[in-house]
Amino acid sequence: MSTSVLEAPSQAPAPKKNGRVSGGLLDPKQLISSLPDALKKLNPVTLWRNPVMFIVEVGAVFTTVLAVLDPSFFAWAIVVWLWLTVVFANLAEAVAEGRGKAQAATLRAAKRDTTARRLKSRAAADWDVVGAAELQQGDFVIVEAGEVVPGDGDVVEGIASVDESAITGESAPVIRESGGDRSAVTGGTRVLSDRIIVQITQKPGESFIDRMIALVEGANRQKTPNEIALNILLAALTIIFLVATVTMQPLAIYSKLVNPGVADSIALTGDGVTGIVLVSLIVCLIPTTIGALLSAIGIAGMDRLVQRNVLAMSGRAVEAAGDVSTLLLDKTGTITLGNRQASEFVPVAGVSEQQLAEAAQLSSLADETPEGRSIVVFAKERYGLREREIHGAEWVAFTAQTRMSGVNLDGRQVRKGAATAVMKWVRDAGGHPTDEVGHLVDGISASGGTPLVVAEQGRVLGVIHLKDVVKAGMRERFDEMRRMGIRTVMITGDNPLTAKAIADEAGVDDFLAEATPEDKLALIRKEQEGGRLVAMTGDGTNDAPALAQSDVGVAMNTGTSAAKEAGNMVDLDSNPTKLIEIVEIGKQLLITRGALTTFSIANDIAKYFAIIPAMFAAVYPGLDALNVMRLTSPQSAVLSAVIFNAVVIVALIPLALRGVRYRPSSASKLLSRNLYLYGLGGIIVPFIGIKLIDLLIQFLPGMS
Amino acid sequence: MNATAAGMLFIASLILAMVLVHKPLGDYMYRVYTTTRHNVVERVVYRLLGVRADTEQSWGVYARSLLAFSVLSILVVYGIQRLQDKLPLSLGRPPVTDHVAWNTAISFVTNTNWQAYSGESTMGHLTQMAALAVQNFVSAAVGMAVAIALVRGFARRRSGTLGNFWVDLVRGSVRILLPIAFVGALVLVAGGVIQNFSSGHQITTLTGGTQTITGGPVASQEAIKELGTNGGGFYNANSAHPFENATAWTNWLEIFLILVIPFALPRTFGRMVGQVRQGYAIVAVMGIIALASVLLTNAFELGGNATVSQAVGAAMEGKEVRFGVSNSATFGAATTLTSTGAVNSFHDSYTPFGGLMTMFNMMLGEVAPGGVGAGLYGMLILAVITVFVAGLMVGRTPEYLGKKIGPREIKLASSYFLVTPILVLVGTAFAMGSAEQRASMLNGGAHGLSEILYAFTSASNNNGSAFAGLTVNSPWYDVATGLCMVFGRFLPIILVLALAGSLARQAPVPESIGTLPTHRPQFVAMVVGVTIILVALTFLPALALGPIAEGLS
Repeated sequence: MSTSVLEAPSQAPAPKKNGRVSGGLLDPKQLISSLPDALKKLNPVTLWRNPVMFIVEVGAVFTTVLAVLDPSFFAWAIVVWLWLTVVFANLAEAVAEGRGKAQAATLRAAKRDTTARRLKSRAAADWDVVGAAELQQGDFVIVEAGEVVPGDGDVVEGIASVDESAITGESAPVIRESGGDRSAVTGGTRVLSDRIIVQITQKPGESFIDRMIALVEGANRQKTPNEIALNILLAALTIIFLVATVTMQPLAIYSKLVNPGVADSIALTGDGVTGIVLVSLIVCLIPTTIGALLSAIGIAGMDRLVQRNVLAMSGRAVEAAGDVSTLLLDKTGTITLGNRQASEFVPVAGVSEQQLAEAAQLSSLADETPEGRSIVVFAKERYGLREREIHGAEWVAFTAQTRMSGVNLDGRQVRKGAATAVMKWVRDAGGHPTDEVGHLVDGISASGGTPLVVAEQGRVLGVIHLKDVVKAGMRERFDEMRRMGIRTVMITGDNPLTAKAIADEAGVDDFLAEATPEDKLALIRKEQEGGRLVAMTGDGTNDAPALAQSDVGVAMNTGTSAAKEAGNMVDLDSNPTKLIEIVEIGKQLLITRGALTTFSIANDIAKYFAIIPAMFAAVYPGLDALNVMRLTSPQSAVLSAVIFNAVVIVALIPLALRGVRYRPSSASKLLSRNLYLYGLGGIIVPFIGIKLIDLLIQFLPGMS
Repeated sequence: MNATAAGMLFIASLILAMVLVHKPLGDYMYRVYTTTRHNVVERVVYRLLGVRADTEQSWGVYARSLLAFSVLSILVVYGIQRLQDKLPLSLGRPPVTDHVAWNTAISFVTNTNWQAYSGESTMGHLTQMAALAVQNFVSAAVGMAVAIALVRGFARRRSGTLGNFWVDLVRGSVRILLPIAFVGALVLVAGGVIQNFSSGHQITTLTGGTQTITGGPVASQEAIKELGTNGGGFYNANSAHPFENATAWTNWLEIFLILVIPFALPRTFGRMVGQVRQGYAIVAVMGIIALASVLLTNAFELGGNATVSQAVGAAMEGKEVRFGVSNSATFGAATTLTSTGAVNSFHDSYTPFGGLMTMFNMMLGEVAPGGVGAGLYGMLILAVITVFVAGLMVGRTPEYLGKKIGPREIKLASSYFLVTPILVLVGTAFAMGSAEQRASMLNGGAHGLSEILYAFTSASNNNGSAFAGLTVNSPWYDVATGLCMVFGRFLPIILVLALAGSLARQAPVPESIGTLPTHRPQFVAMVVGVTIILVALTFLPALALGPIAEGLS
């Protein structure tokens, strides 16, 4: 086993790129730099994809014509604010896209025009130099220290340290070697040492970096099922309000007709409600707020993932992450630190702990396995035994046959190892181990630990308790998951006893012991059969079928190309705990959509109270009672409502980009909170906002 | 006891009766629609119809069966009216004119019972019994069948079928509507409602003139008229006529019959989806809206803010003395909340806000508790819409009863709630845009607008009550309201069945703590809010120029 020193196992979720993740505050500069893009998006050919904003644009064009034909300050003020409404909506989308573009630029820098040394065949010694773009799937290339890997592929020969910072942002180099689960290399990364032969696995132009660029730019962003559903609902609401306002016209004409003494007003004439006011009413009623921000929310959701170094191959997967009800987590590396560690020295009767610790340490001094190191460290921490320089020792290395290791020093023979092996060694040396040893061994096994028996010259001294150490904070994370209604299942190759002990300690809901890839796949199928959505992480080639089957499959960037191909997300940090954050981002995305939809619809109530009396109080003075905000005049009421409608879009851009705050809790609690904030808030805020705007604009010409 | 206290006691006793009947009737209907056994009568009917009662239908076949049955029904009702002079028991009446016959046929088949004619002077006894009363049964059974099919959509997992339309239709008629209507009719007769085949009596009136008072099989028709939330009266005066609704307690009984099935169906729903509490949540939504509406209507009528009514103490105009203001208002609210459309007083004469309430009740889409069956499926659609928005706010793809609300489901649900408002508003706009059609108004000004708005609201929502005042038996109104009725009934039904089909195909998502709970007061309040806000937002401009303008002047 080669455990590389370069490969620092990722511990707890490292909040390394702090600051990049938050990014909630909107930089005014971003707004200005996105303005040209926002104006470009006014093109109706692209805008019609957003039916709500398209209607607003049509209305803006219509009122512009009316204002040209019959100019007044009021008409032009409405025209300007209607156009601003569309621009603000486009701005939201442009700002969201702009953030991705910056990231894409960095990636492009990594995708320099590299050349490749292509081997005629794998065994061939000679190569020709070709451009990286010309490489085909299956080609073999040779990459040496200092060169850039020309394309995605698997190392088929050699071992090298590779700098992947261009992609992951992580500067510590990693080891890539042929065979096994560490064979994948990514185009654009740099080989720092040694020489490897890589078999290219990508198709030309479809490298990992190409896909990343496309993803962060949102170039081929497709609407997710939920986004489509929401769009349908918004379209339906738009139709309803269109019909409600257009069919109002004959009613308005009639009302004017039966009240002949009333003079024409800016809102109502003998021909019914004026075009300007009618369009204003439509724009205020249709769900412009959510319509304007919907795509920005989606883009920003993907962006939040990218900021956490996760690449989602489709928005669908991000959405599915919010729905996940079962989380499959590999034990090793995700739940536990990855290596067993000494946690206790249990001596047999007549031997002191100190004696046992000393022998255990002595036998492990030359043991470079993580378990061996942990014994030395534990002996030092607990019993104050310092490491010592020993001369003349004869180290007995661990072999699969003897299943024990140790040392022969100054006539002392110390061994540690698997219980049966060490007991046999003791008996062979003429010793008679007591039953007590057996009991200790069984006890440790039963608790999920691994017992290592320590013996010296035909005498068993005691047992070392090796334990899987659960990462700090995992239990809290799993409790959180449970509060969100997500079931966590630990996957491990351990026997059921060990698995159960660790599962209990980590606080997962269930475990799958002695798991084979087939078991894993079967488990996923079973969960899905019951209607559950399953998320998992994986890195090995044998994980690929399960990754492909799961609804959210997060492949580790360190994993094989097969795994990366099978999953629908790739974690560049290769941190399996990231799955939990991905779930949260998925939920946050949906919550943001729901909250802003609720807010948008709730806003309409206040707008009616502003506009209906403005239109009809002239013919039916009693309707002035509906003017609960006591707005100055019909003109100022309509204009205030339109301005509020536009301004609220800009005000909510930061929220759309950042996502609403999400705290893991039960559905009821989440709903209550969001309902009060965005439902009740959505009813109240516009009353205040429209009144304030009215107080300001009442001094403008033509407002009284 | 003063009028208000008596009115409240009347309402309280109705609520108590609803509560007592809810469980047994709901459970009975659950058994009716889930049992696999057919009784003798049903087996005979199936043999006559050539129905294979044990085969299941996909949503498409279910919908086609329903439409075929309804088209056939329209033709039969139309035919009987047009040929009534050649048929027995015609009382010598001429054939019904073509546009009225068309309108009436649609009206009764769509469970609307909009009446563009005066019953006692237009229809013979056979037309009343064989055409109209039959439709009172089967159109109600159709509504229940659709509701049950939708509930099966929620209850079934990975199923391609929704049950058998013919079985649901026959069982609803034979096992639910017939027995209750039979008992109801007997009790009504005991209360003084007439039941005979008399062709009429010549009466000399107090002023010395003569008047023919037609008798007929009234009680039998009256019971199903209320029970099936039909509302088409034997007499033009409908339940205000003493032969239809004799006393204060028959008035109570008629309201009871109107409300009993719509309020019990949520229990059936709860049982069928295996979660009784989901049914309680739905009935709570219906109950809250209904009670609020009944109380508000009472308050507006008892308060009476118009000049004349203030002078006499309350809005007595257009109401029968034997019922009084409160019990008339309660009847008015009940009949508009349920798509019944029977009236015991004239909504045209209500105070502006009282009249507004009757319109608003219908604009809710007839969901609180709505027509038999139609109320339940309308309410479930609103629950789906609510779940969609609320479900997003808990961070999951929205799901109701374990079924995901995706693009297809929301497309169907949104289309459903588009249909009736568009019919109401477009119909009203056309009528209001034409001076000729406006001439049918009895009153001018805002009240005249209310009359037309009411007519289209009533027809499109399959209520069938009239504001009175508006003269609607012109060809234009017959065609326009006929179209509103037919589209307002069958488009939603097709959408509901399609939705049921797509829900039935899904495997339910198991419930977890992350699932939006749809049985708690929180959710009930949300559905109430969504229902009222959606309606208010849609109809506020029209209402502002009608009853609100009138009420605030």
